[in-house]
Amino acid sequence: MADIREKTVAPKTLTPGGRLILLVIPLLLLGGLVAAFVVIGPRGIFPGEFPPVEDLSFGRVTLAPNEIKMVVTNGGPSPVTIAQILVDDAYWEHEVVPGRTVERLGSATITIPYPWVEGEPAAITIVTETGVTFTHEIAVATATPAVDMRFLITFAMLGIYIGVIPVALGMTWRPFLLTLSDRWIHFFMALTAGILIFIGVETFVEALENSHGLPTAFGSTGLVTVVALASFLVILLGSRRIRGIGASAGRSGLPVAYAVATGIGLHNLGEGLAVGAAYRLGEIALGAFLVIGFALHNTTEGVGIVSILGRKKTSLKHLIALGALAGVPTIFGAWTGAFFFSPLIATVFLAIAAGAIAEVVVDVMRVVRDDAVGGLMSTESLAGVVTGLAVMYLTGLLIAA
Amino acid sequence: MRDTEGDEAESVVKKTGTRVSRRGLLKAGTVAAFGAASGALLPRVRAHEGHDHGPAGAMNHFGNASVGEVDTRNFDPMQYLKEFDYGKTTTLSDGRTLREYDISAVDLEIEVAPGVKFPAWAYNGRVPGPTLRATEGDVIRIRFTNAGAHPHTIHFHGFHQANMDGVFELVDRGETFVYEFIAEPFGLHLYHCHTPPLKRHIHKGLYGVFIVDPPGGRPPANEMVMMMNAFDTNFDNENEIYSVNTVAFHYLHHPIKVKLNELVRVYLVNITEFDLINSFHTHATFFHEYRTGTKLEPDNFTDTIILGQGERSIVEFSYRYPGPYMFHAHVSEFAELGWSGMFEVV
Repeated sequence: MADIREKTVAPKTLTPGGRLILLVIPLLLLGGLVAAFVVIGPRGIFPGEFPPVEDLSFGRVTLAPNEIKMVVTNGGPSPVTIAQILVDDAYWEHEVVPGRTVERLGSATITIPYPWVEGEPAAITIVTETGVTFTHEIAVATATPAVDMRFLITFAMLGIYIGVIPVALGMTWRPFLLTLSDRWIHFFMALTAGILIFIGVETFVEALENSHGLPTAFGSTGLVTVVALASFLVILLGSRRIRGIGASAGRSGLPVAYAVATGIGLHNLGEGLAVGAAYRLGEIALGAFLVIGFALHNTTEGVGIVSILGRKKTSLKHLIALGALAGVPTIFGAWTGAFFFSPLIATVFLAIAAGAIAEVVVDVMRVVRDDAVGGLMSTESLAGVVTGLAVMYLTGLLIAA
Repeated sequence: MRDTEGDEAESVVKKTGTRVSRRGLLKAGTVAAFGAASGALLPRVRAHEGHDHGPAGAMNHFGNASVGEVDTRNFDPMQYLKEFDYGKTTTLSDGRTLREYDISAVDLEIEVAPGVKFPAWAYNGRVPGPTLRATEGDVIRIRFTNAGAHPHTIHFHGFHQANMDGVFELVDRGETFVYEFIAEPFGLHLYHCHTPPLKRHIHKGLYGVFIVDPPGGRPPANEMVMMMNAFDTNFDNENEIYSVNTVAFHYLHHPIKVKLNELVRVYLVNITEFDLINSFHTHATFFHEYRTGTKLEPDNFTDTIILGQGERSIVEFSYRYPGPYMFHAHVSEFAELGWSGMFEVV
């Protein structure tokens, strides 16, 4: 019988030059394969005669009186030439800058002098040189807000109403929470984890949804997954380094509360971004119901911040800072979404936020494990997480309506 | 221009009202509603100001037009309009006229609007194919060669024997078939490929006009051929381009010149696929319609007619006043998708 024990290869000692050769050999082989394929390869068996599949995607679309302006990006494998433009099934005059042929991953701006109708839908279709069509639908045509004081104030108010005030309101439950028994405090800490899991998943899904608007060459799902996981790992390792490996992160509630507030803040930045952009793209109109829905939804987040503090003595200054960290980003999100929205920025940002929130979930679970009376695996933990998820889901229904 | 706060607020409210009634409350709640709740200022809603399109815009029907020019070296709609092919003519021993034609089917790319290429199948390398013209009673002999990649035929409208119908005798790639028949009845007819799948073989471009003149001819006129056709450039069984004589908006960018009071005779044929009907409308004049051109007395005096798929009419008219006059499909959708043109009356 042969010896089936694994043998190990002893580390070879080589000169630096020798090691370099070993590093380069696989790359040379790969280069050789590509060269051989291009020169003598069986390219004939791959379809090369037919025009490649064209892929144009729509970026920023802006509407001004008598003018529609849009940025398109070519995410396909080869250049695409824009031949004609249709608006609501009518050929229309237009200009394409810098030129009609859009290179791979290149962009062009199309300007159409069109008398669009306020409050009604509009569909813009690009007919390419090969007769392929790409259509972008504007759900409700409305003039794109210009960056002026009036709109800055409007969207700042929006951020305050759906972010700052609800979070602050939720935090005013702290005096009540302090009257609770230890088991109930444990329940509310777990509730925070539930809330964060919900907004983490929501942010991840939103990142995926935004990524569908990207040119396919960016590899939407892959991009979101890689960015979110990288964000999670970098923040996880980074925060362990800062606090010192092995030190119990859960020993103090305040840093974790700041982490929770930051996670919620990132999520609210994303929420502001989505609302601002949706309004700007004419996808939603901001009704009073929508604002009230967001306000109720986000009040739960304030409860989460103060719950994780447990019985830790915390000064009012810290509480205000925590509230601001979680709520104020909504304003910046709304501004960014309304004025500078692009699917790529939104996708990358939301993916980073999703990873960051996931890391905060880990932090919160450590607090529950170390500080809560029942530990991680207890009825209180289970009930708290599930309740957190359920409350976020139910208040979220108010927005979806 | 003075522009007051009150007027703006009023316009916002008006627009809000329209939207709410049309789209339901939630989707339609507006910034106005939010603004009122938050005390924020209302967004500025500007009235749409008039936009100066310039002289080119006026000629292009205020923006509704294609941009750019097609390459007319292979096919010039202006030339096609007035080009009649009488064939190679010989007089037979019995006194009848024999007209011989060579027609081949080829695959080629044509330009159906500036920059928009369409992979067509074409008789004699153009869409529509040549306008064949004969007099009632002439003997027609067509030597058809298929130089395309698919089997094709030529199916003529008119009287002929079964094996001359261009339906069952598919002509394969590289093969030749000779069609022979007597040109009758007089009128405005068409020819097209009849190979299945029929819809595709027609809309890819295998069609043309076949005019049979009455024995005594028709009164002299400024004659032109208009083939109402359309192209499904993305192959979703809906047309992206409509036109007369293939190129969208061509006669809008290049108006057809006619003289004041002269008789204009249009041989109008509808070969549009996917849509049940097409239509023809003249501005500032009325026309006599000779349905299928099979009688010498007009059937109709109007300025708008509808033709079904494969239907055709001869229309005759003249202009009383000089100037530019549009003609187009009165199906506005088709007009905006390319089937619009202009007569320049001088």
